[in-house]
Amino acid sequence: MREITFAQALEEALIEEMERDERVITLATTRAPGLENKFGDKRVRFTPISEAAFTGIGLGAAGSGFRPVVHWGMVTFSFVAMDQIVNQASKIRYMFGGQADFPVTYRCTTGGGMQVAAQHSQSPYSMFMHLAGLKIILPSTPADAKGLLKSSIRDNNPVVFFECSRLASTTGPVPDGEHVVPIGVADVKRAGRDVTVVGLAYYVREALAVADTLAAEGISLEVVDPRTLVPMDADAIRASVRKTGRLVVVDEAPATCSAASEIVALVTEDAQTFRALRAPVQRVCAAPVPVPFSPPLEQAALPDRARITTAIRRVLA
Amino acid sequence: MSLTKSELVEIFRKLVLIREFDLLAIELRKAKRIYGAVHPYVGEEAVAVGVCAALRPTDRITSTHRGHGHCIAKGADINRMMAELFGRVDGYCKGKGGSMHIADFAIGMLGANGIVAGGMPIACGAALAAQLEDAGKVTACFFGDGATGEGEFHETLNIASLWKLPLLFVCENNRYGAGNAVESVRAQADITLHAPAYGMPGIAVDGNDVLAVRDTAAEAAERARRGDGPTLIHCKTFRSLFHAMRDVPPPETRPDDLLAAWRGRDRDPITRLEDHLIGGGTVTTAELQQIRDAVKRDLDAAVAFAEASPYPDPNDLLVDMFAE
Repeated sequence: MREITFAQALEEALIEEMERDERVITLATTRAPGLENKFGDKRVRFTPISEAAFTGIGLGAAGSGFRPVVHWGMVTFSFVAMDQIVNQASKIRYMFGGQADFPVTYRCTTGGGMQVAAQHSQSPYSMFMHLAGLKIILPSTPADAKGLLKSSIRDNNPVVFFECSRLASTTGPVPDGEHVVPIGVADVKRAGRDVTVVGLAYYVREALAVADTLAAEGISLEVVDPRTLVPMDADAIRASVRKTGRLVVVDEAPATCSAASEIVALVTEDAQTFRALRAPVQRVCAAPVPVPFSPPLEQAALPDRARITTAIRRVLA
Repeated sequence: MSLTKSELVEIFRKLVLIREFDLLAIELRKAKRIYGAVHPYVGEEAVAVGVCAALRPTDRITSTHRGHGHCIAKGADINRMMAELFGRVDGYCKGKGGSMHIADFAIGMLGANGIVAGGMPIACGAALAAQLEDAGKVTACFFGDGATGEGEFHETLNIASLWKLPLLFVCENNRYGAGNAVESVRAQADITLHAPAYGMPGIAVDGNDVLAVRDTAAEAAERARRGDGPTLIHCKTFRSLFHAMRDVPPPETRPDDLLAAWRGRDRDPITRLEDHLIGGGTVTTAELQQIRDAVKRDLDAAVAFAEASPYPDPNDLLVDMFAE
């Protein structure tokens, strides 16, 4: 199978969906000459830096028969469009009694580790998970990125699609031809016996690296990637925990009210899974600070392999 | 532009229907027969009716928290509106939206909106869709004077003008944003002046003259359909009653002389049209009385429809969350 980057996989998905359905249009503040040449500047809209306006324009066009793909740039910039996300997009279908569909995809980059400091190093997916009415996607591999972006564009609901910045240049195998990954289905990236490690985005890779290292000691990790945060595939995560009896969740968002917290709650609320636990669960998350600029500080703020390993040893103790 | 007698009569009927619908809603709310908040459109009826009289059935609108008038003007079914106010399953939103969130996508009414200026980007999106479809549809975006203080107002005026979107920005300047007089919250009191700043025509119109509003909107709609972009229509009107009520109407805080001036027979949009139609010999007093009587009967029927409709089943709480 060919290897392409995460960013190339996303580009492929978008082009294929625009070829497949002429109602797919894009809105972004940066020009995309390749896309513009291929599909024209009517469908590939270059917008002013007016996030509230173009977030709502995507929603309105979706309610009027189109399938907009709106790129916020970094998730950071979505915060100036919060009215359109929180009050409008997440509520519009239910509040109006389901009389119309709103097939709009909001793309954004996310995460730290890029030395761009607090405002440009955020992982706020749990803020969006909290709003009933949005589907939330967070892939970790090029293949999942491609397959899930295609599913998001085809989905008839508002979808927020997070693209981890540190993964953009990473490569991985992506199947040729049509490749779609269903929303709401987790993936076991590595099967194992002793500890379930649920990683998100970049930390799926880090968990896999730790699994390689600990395998030499005879410790067998099962690495589970939710891929979709709403709807969360609780069944798959619970099944893994029932098998291993131990759970570590790794994410670069701060722990308070996080996706990691939600995953822990979904596991421990289930009686059968709770009874299978052989140790207290562990969250490995970012420090509760705005992500700092200086590399030693940033590294101290974010999870790393050493902290993941420590948490794994703790649940095995 | 000359309208036929039946068109004029329909305009009159809609003005009266909106007025009576909201006066009835106030009484129903006082009697605790309906729930939540009521934002009466009384006094501003000519804006919604005038603009929608210039639209086609396939055109779209977005509305505000004070949205009953826009719904009725665009042709919404008052039975389903009333059922929504009663929180019943036959309401437009199956009881999930209430007064501030009535929508009817089938008639191009893309929703009332509880957030000031919140509907403006959505209206732009509908206009973008219309532009891409090239089917000659326009979108009328209703908002109040209060919305001009929001970023979404400025962002959408700029983008709509830049992209020449087929849009009518209809500002209902009722002189008060909730309890605040326009001049107390705006450095430049004249809202029309925002239009040239964003490279579009801005037209001020007497918002209590339904025929003037209709003509202005018709011109703006033609311009939009030609591909020449949006127009800001500044409708100068007045909110005859309070901003919002829950259990009881709030006390009046606006000056008496202002209220008296705007509520006068020569200013009120309904009596004004009535005098014009009768004075011109278009209709008789008896004909207009028949219309008023018919409106009352229709509203009685709407209340009966609403009360006969069941409450939503709590087991359906999660229905409509996500589309298939």
